[in-house]
Amino acid sequence: MTASNDATLELTDIAVHYGAVRALDGVSLGIREGEAVAVMGPNGAGKSTVLKAIMGLAPVVAGAVYWRGHRLEAATHEIVKEGICFVPQGRRVFTHLTIEENLEMGCLFLGDEAEKRRRLESVIELFPILHEKRRDMASQMSGGQQQMLAIGRGLMGSPDLLLLDEPTLGLAPIVVGEVFQKVREISDRLDTTIMIVEHNIKGVLGIVDRAYVLDKGRVVHEGTPASIRETNILTDVFLGRVQPEGEDGDPFPLAQAGGERTGF
Amino acid sequence: MTTLPQTLREWPRADIERVATVFVLGWAVAFMLWQGTGFTVTLMTVFAIWAILAVSLNLVVGFTGLLSVGHIGFFGIGAYTMAILASDASYDQLRTEAIPTPGWPFFAALPIAVALAGLVALGVGIVFNRFRDDIFVLVSFGFAIIAFSFFLNLREITRGAFGIHEIPRPAFGSWVLDGEVEFLVFALICLALVVLVCWLIVTSSFGRVLTAIREDEEAIAVFGYRVTHFKLAVWVLSAMMAGLAGALFASWTSFIDPNSFILLESMLLIAIVILGGLATIWGSLLGAMAFVLLEEGMRFLPFLPAEFVGQARQVVLGVLLVLLMLFRPQGLVGRYKL
Ligand SMILES: Nc1ncnc2c1ncn2[C@@H]1O[C@H](COP(=O)(O)OP(=O)(O)OP(=O)(O)O)[C@@H](O)[C@H]1O
Ligand SMILES: [Mg+2]
Repeated sequence: MTASNDATLELTDIAVHYGAVRALDGVSLGIREGEAVAVMGPNGAGKSTVLKAIMGLAPVVAGAVYWRGHRLEAATHEIVKEGICFVPQGRRVFTHLTIEENLEMGCLFLGDEAEKRRRLESVIELFPILHEKRRDMASQMSGGQQQMLAIGRGLMGSPDLLLLDEPTLGLAPIVVGEVFQKVREISDRLDTTIMIVEHNIKGVLGIVDRAYVLDKGRVVHEGTPASIRETNILTDVFLGRVQPEGEDGDPFPLAQAGGERTGF
Repeated sequence: MTTLPQTLREWPRADIERVATVFVLGWAVAFMLWQGTGFTVTLMTVFAIWAILAVSLNLVVGFTGLLSVGHIGFFGIGAYTMAILASDASYDQLRTEAIPTPGWPFFAALPIAVALAGLVALGVGIVFNRFRDDIFVLVSFGFAIIAFSFFLNLREITRGAFGIHEIPRPAFGSWVLDGEVEFLVFALICLALVVLVCWLIVTSSFGRVLTAIREDEEAIAVFGYRVTHFKLAVWVLSAMMAGLAGALFASWTSFIDPNSFILLESMLLIAIVILGGLATIWGSLLGAMAFVLLEEGMRFLPFLPAEFVGQARQVVLGVLLVLLMLFRPQGLVGRYKL
């Protein structure tokens, strides 16, 4: 049984080591049914590793993941059957397959054809663009469309819990807004529990119920968007100040910092 | 301004496919008309065997993205199984280093040859599955060498360098396919079956998973696909087809020795698959045909002494491969680059 409260997914003291690198060092976090939770933190903080640890894709050396009261064992194909889907960082659509075939990959061995069609329809309702281009190769899509495809492909598994890793990375500002809006829609309309890793702090705090801040493989803060906006925790973490210094700083440094990060 | 190499690289696939098809088929027909029926039958039989090998290897290399240079090992296992189980026992006893052969008919030995190639592939594959990319190339290279040294050194079973004689032709009851034309028809039927199976595989959802594996193994694992199982399945299937080609080859030549299964043959095979194009069955058929024409064709070059034919075809194939990698890295009608 889980150690505490009403969490549907719970990580207790998870440690992930890649050789000498301690990607996660005693991370505990939980997410309630129907909630949308953000995981934030600087590059290399271990955000992707949290999601991979849940999916059985990271070398977990200590701690456990509990899902609906039972412990999740390590094999990814079993975890997928539990209703957890992962949309990895960087879209990773299959460019030599058509859009329809890409979507099919999300639930290929579902025997029930009617159910397959139902899922396809609900994904298309959410992302009409995927229907228009269904016979095109995924390589012919724009970055934003590929991201929609990646999320749609994840939804084909009809997940109870959807894990999104940086869905707005490298997208134009206008598309970023659209992606966030879709994520909110998935949470509201499909009642899917969502854990989203994001660098676009302003954007993601607008759509989640709660957020965790990670730094150097540890959870350094947890709270509602409002409470996070009130503190300087993000500034401190992103500027590498381990101890809060109580000075006013830009709370969304990365939203403005150059490179591929884009803010509103 | 566009240069010639650029034009070649960007030439649309469909166009090249048409030109290559017309060219290779035209060449084949012209050659056959010139040389007559006997030659045509031999050429087509050699083609059928190489085509089975090329198409089945493309399943692994082209469609799944596992660059294996060990395919010839499975070809050898098929050939040796056929030879050992089916070669004429009474003939063999007269010879030095006789091996005990049960003298089975072709069709009794064939399923064993195919199954054994598959079984060895399964064992090897379970080990190989841990290896990826560059390491996979090296390990499959090692497999080809080990297989060859088995054929050469396991004399109690293979007669080593002496080779095995008197391997029978297929027989349906009392009807023995010892005519060259009958055998050719049989070989073409086998090729057609292999092409059909490969086509069914690559157009099915199983085939789409293979494509996804080739593109991004980790991304497909995220959806709960056990990538290793898929790779293993296609690897074993492909090895079984190579085993079939080996059995056909042994029966056709009626004599085999380890020299037919050297690593170089594997390299030629890879060259055919890449020249024809990755992830295209038609490309592999064209590649095999072009290769056979080249090989057989060189026999007729007046200035080329017979003993250099072997080397010459390697040189030509090597040069073609280098040129193609430079100017058209996706192969003639291939869908993507190596
Ligand atoms: N496969 C791996 N092998 C070795 N080290 C790894 C591996 N994956 C991640 N790491 C290390 O683990 C740490 C956390 O990585 P992770 O990908 O979780 O960071 P992240 O917070 O997602 O960063 P980003 O914002 O850049 O995506 C990093 O120091 C990284 O170098
Ligand atoms: Mg990450």
